[in-house]
Amino acid sequence: MELPLLHLALVGTPNSGKTSLFNALTGSRQKVANYPGVTVERKEGFFVTPLGRQVSVVDLPGTYSLRGRSPDEEITRDFVLGKATGETVPDLVLCVADSTNLRLTIRLLLELKRTGRPMILVLNMFDIASRRGISVDVERLAKELGVPVVTSIAVRKGGTADLLALTDEISAKLAAEPQENSWRALGVAELRATQREADRIIADCVSLPARPDTWTARIDAVVLHPVGGLIVLALILFVMFQAVFAWAQPLMDLLNNGFDALGEFVHATLPAGLFQSFLQNGVISGVGSVIVFLPQIIIIFLFILLLEDFGYMARAAFLMDRIMGGAGLHGRAFIPLLSSFACAIPGIMATRVIDNKRDRLTTILIAPLMTCSARIPVYTLIISAFIPAKDVWGFINLQGLVMFGLYATGIASALAVSFLIKFFMLRDYAPAPFMLELPDYKMPRLKSIAIGVYTRAKMFLHRAGTTIFSMMVLIWFLASFPQPPAGATEPAIDFSLAAIIGKALEPLLAPVGFNWQIAVALIPGMAAREVAVAALGTVYAIEGGKEAAEQIGQVLSTKWSLATALSMLAWYIFAPQCASTLAVIRRETGSWTWMATTFAYMLVLAYAASLVTYNVAVALGAG
Amino acid sequence: MTETNDTRPHMPLGLALRGYTGIIQHLSAKDAGSALSEIELESRLIELGFVEGARVEVLHEGLVGRDPIAVRVDNITIAVRRREAMAIIVA
Repeated sequence: MELPLLHLALVGTPNSGKTSLFNALTGSRQKVANYPGVTVERKEGFFVTPLGRQVSVVDLPGTYSLRGRSPDEEITRDFVLGKATGETVPDLVLCVADSTNLRLTIRLLLELKRTGRPMILVLNMFDIASRRGISVDVERLAKELGVPVVTSIAVRKGGTADLLALTDEISAKLAAEPQENSWRALGVAELRATQREADRIIADCVSLPARPDTWTARIDAVVLHPVGGLIVLALILFVMFQAVFAWAQPLMDLLNNGFDALGEFVHATLPAGLFQSFLQNGVISGVGSVIVFLPQIIIIFLFILLLEDFGYMARAAFLMDRIMGGAGLHGRAFIPLLSSFACAIPGIMATRVIDNKRDRLTTILIAPLMTCSARIPVYTLIISAFIPAKDVWGFINLQGLVMFGLYATGIASALAVSFLIKFFMLRDYAPAPFMLELPDYKMPRLKSIAIGVYTRAKMFLHRAGTTIFSMMVLIWFLASFPQPPAGATEPAIDFSLAAIIGKALEPLLAPVGFNWQIAVALIPGMAAREVAVAALGTVYAIEGGKEAAEQIGQVLSTKWSLATALSMLAWYIFAPQCASTLAVIRRETGSWTWMATTFAYMLVLAYAASLVTYNVAVALGAG
Repeated sequence: MTETNDTRPHMPLGLALRGYTGIIQHLSAKDAGSALSEIELESRLIELGFVEGARVEVLHEGLVGRDPIAVRVDNITIAVRRREAMAIIVA
């Protein structure tokens, strides 16, 4: 007999290892979407129990209570209570606890119990607890709490076997009659009483060693040192950007050569004509020039996920809180802003951890100034074409240094804009509190990281396959039609629609040193920044005709002056070249005005920066 | 976790320097001057484990104005600004 799908929900405090348990249970069988009406990420995964029961499990946002003080926490509450729109009430709630730190979770569990949902307490990271000499009387704990308790080691193969077995056992005898829900928001006195009760139960069932985690203390002595900590933070960021530039190069060369060879192959096998041009110039050189950047995107996400898993991100927020506070930013804004280095979209979505509306708005407005991975293709292309790959002071790669400079400029301008917002727009306001758990350091869980990087890489490739591909087709079309009249001697592209549009825009962009080819590339670059590279590739490939297989970097270095290249770099630090980011801003702020504001201020900054850069460079003789 | 320390004067945790250890005596959210309402601040502090009787130790301080502080509360570490820590009375 086929049993219906069993619905599980994972609930737990932040840092409880919920997500690594989720990854351990479901592997890569995950679906990431949004809850209807709100922009909270909904992560659902699937697995089959040892007895063959099909299970769907939802990873709910981390929370310390069911009070629901942010959109994320409201989702968790409503989901558990069965009030979330379009969601099934979970058959079984898995309350996930970090075994080394039970106080807050046990209190949450006592509150969850009032909802009447069938529940299991999962003591996660049990191996770490044992290693630290924490011993838990699991049977007694289960009796005191009135909830089945199971230990798990999400990061180890087979570490969830007990949980799976218990899930089978419990789901077989789940009561058919609905449970009584006596939950309501807890007042301060009840909250305190619940914490007392939790502390009593822990005192009875858990024996803690006298010594805290010495490794965390030792690392923090350096990493949270007022001065040393900031130096460490700067070093980490510096290594990260050097890595993005240096480590990815061999792989990128490999991909590049692969696409070139593929283009050559198409060129050689197909008869000359429109279809050959479409495949070679439109599809292969266009999409290929974006996919080449996959290694860099993987590296940057790898760093961000590793730091997060290790427990460093909260420390970074601690170190940066007052420094960012000077610029009118909340310490919690550090994590969304750091994510924005990968992509402003998850970054802007991550601002939901900031519960103060104004702090959140400021963070959203400046997040697109953080250098996202989509700018990397543009930066890399121009830097490798114009900046010599020599070492300065013997060990620092000049190209890496310029890259670092671009990132630094982005950060500095973000802080400046935030300061201006605070100064001119949101003056009358007291700073929101900064309260954050600094979790013990943990060895990053490789499987979890791998799944995270894989999901992001897949999203990037998906974009390359859809948005970028369709933009490339459009660009190829604009650059190829109308066809030149018979007997024309100029390059074919001079007769095309692209040239007409580009030349119409040229007067506007001439003061910043952009030619009409750049103007053409900037338009589809609105869909996604990295498309500009592909578009330049297509435009110059069609213009170049026979030498189409030539490397685009080499083409640029012969066609652009250094001043134009620098101006383009300056433009890309600021330009609001990303329709999806603007759409997310519109969605997250619920306002067209804020979206338009972001677009306008970034455009003005971009134009001004390019204007200054170009003219200074020309004056210095780089024109 | 119910030990008290009557010999030491009560003070807000927000004034404690690095290395300070003490026991939480009570919460007094209305004097903290936080942007949060009294009830909200008190609820959040309790949710992060700042309850009467908990042992606290100031582990780290930030660079600017020795703010924020990292506080060991029993066996977890919480980062909090001094302004909010004013609501936690310790001895």
